[in-house]
Amino acid sequence: MEKIPIIKMGDFLLVSIQVDMHDRLAMALQDDLTIRVAKERSKGVLIDISSLDVVDSFIGRMLDNIAAMTRALGTETVVVGMQPAVAITIVELGLSLENIYTALNVDKGMALLEARMKASVDENDE
Amino acid sequence: MNDTFASKIPALLAKYETDLLEEWIKAQLDATTLRKDLLSSADLRRSSDEFLSLLRRAATTGNLLNLNAPEWLPVKDFLAGVSRSRASQGFTPSETATFIFSFKQPLFTRLQEECGSDSRALAEELWIATTLLDRLGLFTAETFLSSREDIIKQQQLEMLELSTPVVTLWNGILALPLIGTLDSSRTQVVMENLLQTIVETGSEYAIIDITGVPTVDTLVAQHLLKTVSAARLMGAQCIISGIRPQIAQTMVHLGVAFGDVITKASLADALSYAFKQMGITVLRKQN
Amino acid sequence: MMNNIVRREVIPLLSDEDIVRARKIVRDWTISLKFSLVDQTKLVTAVSELARNTVEHGGGGSALLEMLDDSIRRGIRLTFEDQGPGIANIDQAMTDGYSSRGSLGLGLGGTKRLVNEFDLSSEPGKGTRVTIARWK
Ligand SMILES: Nc1ncnc2c1ncn2[C@@H]1O[C@H](COP(=O)(O)OP(=O)(O)OP(=O)(O)O)[C@@H](O)[C@H]1O
Ligand SMILES: [Mg+2]
Repeated sequence: MEKIPIIKMGDFLLVSIQVDMHDRLAMALQDDLTIRVAKERSKGVLIDISSLDVVDSFIGRMLDNIAAMTRALGTETVVVGMQPAVAITIVELGLSLENIYTALNVDKGMALLEARMKASVDENDE
Repeated sequence: MNDTFASKIPALLAKYETDLLEEWIKAQLDATTLRKDLLSSADLRRSSDEFLSLLRRAATTGNLLNLNAPEWLPVKDFLAGVSRSRASQGFTPSETATFIFSFKQPLFTRLQEECGSDSRALAEELWIATTLLDRLGLFTAETFLSSREDIIKQQQLEMLELSTPVVTLWNGILALPLIGTLDSSRTQVVMENLLQTIVETGSEYAIIDITGVPTVDTLVAQHLLKTVSAARLMGAQCIISGIRPQIAQTMVHLGVAFGDVITKASLADALSYAFKQMGITVLRKQN
Repeated sequence: MMNNIVRREVIPLLSDEDIVRARKIVRDWTISLKFSLVDQTKLVTAVSELARNTVEHGGGGSALLEMLDDSIRRGIRLTFEDQGPGIANIDQAMTDGYSSRGSLGLGLGGTKRLVNEFDLSSEPGKGTRVTIARWK
């Protein structure tokens, strides 16, 4: 079966979604990612959706689930590169995706994750 | 009307194609509505010629009164093309419709000759010819109007983009100073433009300044809030500045909640907020 | 000269892959009608929601795609149909946040906001039909 590749980048995992996913593929990605996060003890997950031209309620829920599950494992997820037309449509659809961190691109997403890691270390030090 | 009546029009169009063409061109050249400044007689001849041959082809199917039948598609496509190009050249609707209506006279004359003293047949033929040409004429006028609307919309869009430029205040900070009345469609265009610029420039902050906006209705307020949400999904933060007291009051009355949207009194305040978030401090140089 | 149908296609909706195919075909149609990118995205997202409802709640069905062109206005009309369990309480189903399977329940209510025309008819035990249209 085809799979969405998950790439390890230092402490982070990067997923770049390039294809129009059918629902089973999206579910498989959700499972794979959680397993990888637990196994690699990753510090953060970046999901690049700049090539996605549709995010419907199903994909939206998947992104939300990934964020919630990785958070439960002590890791943050950042969704990066959402296209304006997709963002406008999601808002109209009524999806809020409140639990998800977002960034304009992969670089900014990594900076955000690093800043959050630093913040949580500082908190723990106190 | 009885459907079994076999009109002579198709045969006539075939038999007298060249004569009809000459007579029709003459009728158009004589018409007071002809725009010699916009249309050369060579162009006029070319489009008349093409229309006649398309008309003849469509008419041979014998279905003269049902323009929805597929054989009329080429004729309609052609007329739509004529309307569109005339709309963009600045013709009026009646100048454009005259193209079709002026064909009545040459056609009627031929029909009269053809029917001779058979007045019942003549009446029948004239009714068909009038109905057909009127429908084609109306079609021309309708497409002409919708093309004009398209042109106007396009121009409005261009004006909008000119009148509401997104400016870069600082590396990573955009500003959209809105001036004048916001209606819902203007807001939509402007907001899409802002989101696109956010992506292109990779700016994490966008200040929407509405100091120059006299009033805001519910729809516009909702567009503003949706833009803020969309920007957040993309990974950027919008700050709304310059909400005047009256507008704040209206919003509350309309039940529009700004919730967790960041608002600042002025563009300057918004800018210093963005600076602070980005870790930038501005210092006066000590002499 | 109203509502000339210039193109027509029926596609089965039985699986995940069919939903992807429905999205792709409608995307191509919106491009050929020169829809703006935002309008393309809105319609394709609506298709995704309704096609998934047909597959998952309706037990499979079909989508009828019609491209409309009356020279004045162009658009796309889509009819999703299934012979599934139907919807007993349509008002409830249309409400944002209502889902019979613990999902977000945004599909129907959200879709309505993404299109210009929306019509839902359903009879419990017989099936469901949703027709939407979006004009250029
Ligand atoms: N084709 C259908 N056949 C039978 N029931 C349907 C159909 N479409 C929708 N429903 C019912 O209407 C409810 C609401 O549908 P809606 O698409 O809004 O939410 P959902 O599919 O449950 O969740 P979401 O689409 O957000 O993932 C569904 O839970 C289901 O009970
Ligand atoms: Mg649904």
